[in-house]
Amino acid sequence: MRTLFASLTALLFVVGAWGCGEQEQVVVYKQGKYQGKPDGRPWDNAPLAEVFRGGNWKQGDRTSWEEQIKNRQLAQHEYKRIGQ
Amino acid sequence: MARMKFLCDAERCIECNGCVTACKNENEVPWGVNRRRVVTLNDGVIGAEKSISVACMHCSDAPCMAVCPVDCFYRTDDGVVLHDKDLCIGCGYCFYACPFGAPQFPQAGAFGLRGKMDKCTFCAGGPEPDRSEAEFRKYGRNRLAEGKLPACAEMCSTKALLGGDGDVIADIYRDRVVRRGKGSEVWGWGTAYGPGRPGAQPPAPVKKS
Repeated sequence: MRTLFASLTALLFVVGAWGCGEQEQVVVYKQGKYQGKPDGRPWDNAPLAEVFRGGNWKQGDRTSWEEQIKNRQLAQHEYKRIGQ
Repeated sequence: MARMKFLCDAERCIECNGCVTACKNENEVPWGVNRRRVVTLNDGVIGAEKSISVACMHCSDAPCMAVCPVDCFYRTDDGVVLHDKDLCIGCGYCFYACPFGAPQFPQAGAFGLRGKMDKCTFCAGGPEPDRSEAEFRKYGRNRLAEGKLPACAEMCSTKALLGGDGDVIADIYRDRVVRRGKGSEVWGWGTAYGPGRPGAQPPAPVKKS
């Protein structure tokens, strides 16, 4: 019984001491490497509703998203847009 | 792989500042921060005035990224240079390094305290969940995630400012310049910005009697 009590006391002491310990609270920088949060990829989002002219691509499909963006890019070319 | 770039046609830009306004409105950019601005050469010199809209050019080998002491910059798969505002310490090194003056620093507080860097994101948001409130508040709209191009380019009334994949917009620009029929002068500094006149001054204002 005494051994168990001693063990629990020791465990409590260790846990208490660990709780008072200092945690690393800063980002550890590595030279030349991006350290920030990861960013999502645009094609992983679903297209907006048609009323917002969000276009039409398949969620997660990069090729279809690039096709959508390419169509928007070519819309900047008024020679093509209004015909020859 | 797409490499997102801006291209401004100086023969078309009429200095209307529509791109600046569109950017401000779309991203709710705070007062004192200009992610985009229009620069005019030979201002007031008749026949020699040329304007160009300038923002972050999303360099392939970005100097801001090279000098950042906390490495808060990253490049997306589309070649857009973005940064994490949670990491930025607002030191201003990127401002010194950037040849275009793209990094901006909001003034906060009574003593002009310099805030975290803000710059053009190519309307691609930042490292927060796409199209979220947090992303909009920190970085502005994520139009690429909506299948759209930057608001400045899509709003441009004369289509002087083109935005998108470098190959595609270069083809558009080339097509335009060829149609202008300038022969051997089809490309280059002189065509883009005009010969100008060294030391040219704007005309003196006419005095009304």
